[in-house]
Amino acid sequence: MPRNISDGERIASIIGGTMLTLLGLSRKGDAGAVIALIGGGLAFRGISGFSPVYKALGMSTADSDSSDVAETQSRMVGVKRSVTINRSPQELYAFWRNFENLPGFMKHLHSVKVFDEKHSHWVASAPMNNTVEWNAEITDEQEDKHIAWRSTGDTSVPNTGSVQFTPAPEGRGTQVLVQIRYEPQAGLLGKAYLSLFGEEPSQQIAEDLRRFKALMETGEIATTTGQPKGRT
Amino acid sequence: MRAVCWNGSTDVRVESVPDPKILNPRDAIVKITSTAICGSDIHLYDGFIPTMEKGDILGHEFMGEVVEVGREVHNLKAGDRVVVPFTIACGSCFFCNRKSWSLCDNSNPNAPIPEALYGSTTGSGLFGYSHMFGGYAGGQAEYARVPFADVGPIKVPEGLEDEKVLFLSDILPTGYMAAENCNIQPGDTVAVWGCGPVGQFAIKSAFMLGAERVIAIDRFPYRLQMAKEYGKAEVLNYAEVEIGEALREMTGGMGPDACIDAVGMEAHGYGLDSVYDYAKQFVRLETDRPTALRQAIVACRKGGTVSIPGVYGGFIDKFPIGAAFSKGLTLKMGQTNVHTYLQPLLERIERGEIDPSGIITHRMSLNDAPRGYEVFKQKQEDCMKVVLKP
Repeated sequence: MPRNISDGERIASIIGGTMLTLLGLSRKGDAGAVIALIGGGLAFRGISGFSPVYKALGMSTADSDSSDVAETQSRMVGVKRSVTINRSPQELYAFWRNFENLPGFMKHLHSVKVFDEKHSHWVASAPMNNTVEWNAEITDEQEDKHIAWRSTGDTSVPNTGSVQFTPAPEGRGTQVLVQIRYEPQAGLLGKAYLSLFGEEPSQQIAEDLRRFKALMETGEIATTTGQPKGRT
Repeated sequence: MRAVCWNGSTDVRVESVPDPKILNPRDAIVKITSTAICGSDIHLYDGFIPTMEKGDILGHEFMGEVVEVGREVHNLKAGDRVVVPFTIACGSCFFCNRKSWSLCDNSNPNAPIPEALYGSTTGSGLFGYSHMFGGYAGGQAEYARVPFADVGPIKVPEGLEDEKVLFLSDILPTGYMAAENCNIQPGDTVAVWGCGPVGQFAIKSAFMLGAERVIAIDRFPYRLQMAKEYGKAEVLNYAEVEIGEALREMTGGMGPDACIDAVGMEAHGYGLDSVYDYAKQFVRLETDRPTALRQAIVACRKGGTVSIPGVYGGFIDKFPIGAAFSKGLTLKMGQTNVHTYLQPLLERIERGEIDPSGIITHRMSLNDAPRGYEVFKQKQEDCMKVVLKP
């Protein structure tokens, strides 16, 4: 019998099934018999690692136990996320174009100082109260449509980024597409990258974009930090 | 201030916590004058809703007096008397613009939590209803912070006492939307599963929207009694009759034109299927028990509507999709778009078309909240609705 149930689910099935069987047997009548029967079926499923229901549905949870490290690293080379914002491309472009606004919604950015039309200096927070810094220049831009930038000079975190603003269908505002690219690094440099983009870069950027959307649509970012809570 | 805090399954305590503060420009602080325990609070009390944390302040049905507003709130001022909708909505996203307030994109800071489960970010933030729905401190307290206060709270005239307008916060609009979702036509019969507070208001609303008959289903005689007297419904006790058969008989063999499941995920039943659901929920292989929903789908007439105000959170088994498909049913569901109904329902209350206070059975001090939860959960003392006074 092939396995199609993950280890975690098998253990849960064995424990739950045994408990149910005992519960069922301890009760009189039809309901007890049904509970015992369901319990028995569950325990069998757990011990054998095979679920006929999953087979019929073409499902399997058997492979979900192992995490694939190599895959995670290859994903870190480039990240692309998009969000639809209920504002015009002009408004969004104008806000983003002033890079000093970015730390307002990008969680890991500490500050950005703009020097001139093309050049800026970025500071991101890193673990243990450290920071990583780099200079950036705008490499390409088209008003109200897109901005592209890259880090310059000697930095431990070379990176490039771009943002594109495309009008969404009638009445739906703007589709914003952000792309970030960088070289995967091992060791300390790898850690510096993690500080920039979080443990899961794609998710981190998605969250930054959610905050950007909230700020643009409502003027604030919803929070519960600082609200009361019971003593526990 | 004092607040009702969740401390684990069937463990709520009145604790002393810091007063809330304005955190964002569109916040307001409300001094609470009346607050209620909702049937959906019992799902939290029983530990069926994930992402609760010890110390979370409960409560999402509340009203009171504005004591402070953020710098971007221009429509309210200190001293205003308001009812606060339990769904928090920003008023400016795609969904709010379409009046789908409960699907607001921006009010739930934790919206991505269920993304893998639901295929998108979840709906709006809710007061006092787990971290998945924003983790906002609730309103079973002396004070509450109300985000997006320029969009949500409705001002109520001094002449109307708290008990008449308090339920605008949740259960009255929820019962009303459930009936509205039935697309009631002249001559229609509407069957309502569950005669708790939402069921009672769904019955009232179905009549307000033109239903010819409403048939209410429950097993507790005192709840059926209220459906009969307060709601003017015909009643069926599912502990005594087979519901499908009874409904067919009462509707000349056709089945009800619309069916409302005002029960949700903790349904009770007597059939083999309900034993199966208890067993599977017990070992967490099924999260929700859909006995009422299955009955509603099977009982509904061809081409009819099944409206689901009852709350579901996870997975159900043995869903009768074949019956729903074959009969060409319309299924309507979702969290209530409370904001849409505040003004029209306030007007109905003012005109005397409905008196929501008719369902209140228990009035207690906030300090007695733990007893309130227990009495309501166990349906002791014929408990229908508990209102707490801070």
